[in-house]
Amino acid sequence: MTTSATDTAPTRIDVEAVNSAKTRQSLYAARRKIFPKRASGSFRRLKWIVMAITLTIYYVTPWLRWDRGEYAPDQAVLLDLANRRFYFFFLEIWPQEFYYVAGLLVMAGVGLFLVTSTVGRAWCGYTCPQTVWVDLFLVVERAIEGDRNARIKLEAAPWSPGKLVKRVSKHAIWLVIGVLTGGAWVFYFADAPSLLQDLVTFQAPVVAYATIGILTATTYTFGGLMREQVCTYMCPWPRIQAAMLDEHSLTVTYNDWRGEPRGKHAKKAAAAGESLGDCVDCNACVAVCPMGIDIRDGQQLECITCALCIDACDDIMTRLGRDRGLISYTTLSDYDANMKVATGPAGIDPANVRRPGGGWVEQLRHTNWRSVIRLRTLIYFAVWALIGVAMLVALSMRSELGLNVLHDRNPLYVLLSDGSIQNGYDVKILNMTNEPRQVTFTINGLPGATLTSPNLADQPTDAIALNVEPDLVLPLRIYVRASADEAARTHQFEMIVRAADDETVTTQQVRFEAPGSVK
Amino acid sequence: MTDKPTTREIDELTGTETTGHEWDGIKELNTPMPRWWLWTFYATIAFSVGYTILFPAWPMISSATGGVLGYSSRAELHQDLSNLQTANQAVVNRITELPLHEILADGELTRFASAAGASAFKVNCSQCHGTGAAGASGYPNLNDDSWIWGGTVDDIYLTIAHGVRSATDPDTRFNLMPNFGADGMLDRAQIKDMVAYVAGLSGIEAESASPEAAQLFLDNCSGCHGADAKGVAELGGPDLTDAIWLYEGSVASIEAQLNRARHGMMPAWSEKLDDVTIKQLAIYVHGLGGGQ
Repeated sequence: MTTSATDTAPTRIDVEAVNSAKTRQSLYAARRKIFPKRASGSFRRLKWIVMAITLTIYYVTPWLRWDRGEYAPDQAVLLDLANRRFYFFFLEIWPQEFYYVAGLLVMAGVGLFLVTSTVGRAWCGYTCPQTVWVDLFLVVERAIEGDRNARIKLEAAPWSPGKLVKRVSKHAIWLVIGVLTGGAWVFYFADAPSLLQDLVTFQAPVVAYATIGILTATTYTFGGLMREQVCTYMCPWPRIQAAMLDEHSLTVTYNDWRGEPRGKHAKKAAAAGESLGDCVDCNACVAVCPMGIDIRDGQQLECITCALCIDACDDIMTRLGRDRGLISYTTLSDYDANMKVATGPAGIDPANVRRPGGGWVEQLRHTNWRSVIRLRTLIYFAVWALIGVAMLVALSMRSELGLNVLHDRNPLYVLLSDGSIQNGYDVKILNMTNEPRQVTFTINGLPGATLTSPNLADQPTDAIALNVEPDLVLPLRIYVRASADEAARTHQFEMIVRAADDETVTTQQVRFEAPGSVK
Repeated sequence: MTDKPTTREIDELTGTETTGHEWDGIKELNTPMPRWWLWTFYATIAFSVGYTILFPAWPMISSATGGVLGYSSRAELHQDLSNLQTANQAVVNRITELPLHEILADGELTRFASAAGASAFKVNCSQCHGTGAAGASGYPNLNDDSWIWGGTVDDIYLTIAHGVRSATDPDTRFNLMPNFGADGMLDRAQIKDMVAYVAGLSGIEAESASPEAAQLFLDNCSGCHGADAKGVAELGGPDLTDAIWLYEGSVASIEAQLNRARHGMMPAWSEKLDDVTIKQLAIYVHGLGGGQ
């Protein structure tokens, strides 16, 4: 039995889980503040890294440049709402191609299924902006007010100049972070360097200031004041993500089968003929929890699986000389199996899982990386990858010369003086490159037919040469006339645009209406 | 209902006061409003008070209170419209100054004028010519290439400005086709012959005309319709050889027109519309597909 280190057990932290199911408060009760203690360990380190990466992506992206020539902006990522263009590095998306963005969102959705079914609520625990910014705000809070105990003391202390200075500076820094957060957001919608210049000289549009103001308020309120309440009460993800988990998903789990019965006086218990589990009831896991829960109550809605309790518990276990992993990432099925091994007629008995002389009995299951590979996750991955490949193929094959044709509805056709039939079309030629292009407009499939276009081709012709400005749509009125005989025979033909520079060809099938063609 | 509704009663299970109302043993809890709800409610009350002071709000006998900001949606619309007008003024000025063929040479101006003309057309012209300008029997189709009074943009401009057979405009387009039948200028046999001849010009199925018909046409009709019957735009004499007819292209319709001529009438729009609008209308109609 591993009870030798009991005397070095840490003193119990006087903490109660604010959001414990056992002491669930009425929804009308005022919020009880949580003072998360600083954790350290491998998961905390991972969270620092993720935080650094996500914040860097958010703040730096608008400042990246990407050369697109003289006719397009050089900002790598730009949502140009005024001109209805979305620039993403090598990509430029027009409004009618928004399905590419929809495809990205579908990928994000399936990706969420994949991640959640594999590693549980990893999104919540590591990358959700709420988590990242609360973490950032806590860094500020700790730097100014100290760790958990100091903060509790300060909270309880009467107002003094010292407390005032600390509080004012903390909120001031939070607000600055809020302004920077909102400020970074608007740079995605305009040329960042010139917008920054406009912002500081008060020349920027009102909407930019309003956006910054709103995002400052939400960042400050959500990250500084509301914190875990956003996750618990406002956010739909905990409900949705819970539905995506199954018994093979990794979740942060307190392993009752080796922890219970908990207690710090193992020797006293042993003397009384009872054996205790590994949990020394030090409450370290509760003290570090940013959500104010006790993981030992089991998996619960509030848990964002940030794994800080794993760090806290592993630290204690190491100091006690016991195996780490009393709290660990485990699948529900492994946990259930282990609980069956541990549970005897009188509840959990540590003797069922421990081998005399140290170590664990063989029936116990230890969750490893293999849990992530199973049919469900493979299917999710396949779907996700399939959409990604389909999008890449579609992107690489898309034509940068567009042709949209709208046949006149009123009148459908016009009888001309020589008895021939004329149809009118609104034609739009889309030059989706960032260079001016010369294109030729022709038709095919309507023998003997000719084209006219006001001002461009006043005399009937069979090809119209056009210059299309870079990154713009050229609207045209096109009239097609065909002999009455031909019009009676053919009701379908194609319009063709061909770029002079690279021989790109785009065609579209078009109706030709004539008397009797509409039934 | 309980006997003593005034007594305060605390529900054991929830610890909340009851309202004292009870139905079939079920008591209604007097659960307090959530604080966020209550404060939102107070905020809306404060907002409404401020709103009624600042904006038009309270109905009076003949109008409503104006609000201290003096806001009016009508004035705002007026402002928007005049802003729009100011923004377009430069283009409108150029359309006013330039002759029509120079406007047509400028793609940007043509697009603007065409769009404005299309809108004016829907309001003023579509009643007779149709929203697609396809016309109807007696009302010319403006999409085709057959023009009674000429199809250049200047011709179209004059037709719109002065109308056709307008009673009020001395410069109006004017002609009258005689009532050859009704006024006894041609007898029944000649009318029949003439109908056959005219129908034959554009290939309408009819009896064949007599050898004298050509001379009869030259004597009576060529003054307005031209010796070759291809029409005289200056006089408004329609082309009789083409496939397009103002009224129906049938034997009966040609005979009816020869007997007692029907005449359309178009208002002189210069009396109603400003010159810029008429120019824009001319550009629009010219661009419908048949302009010359």
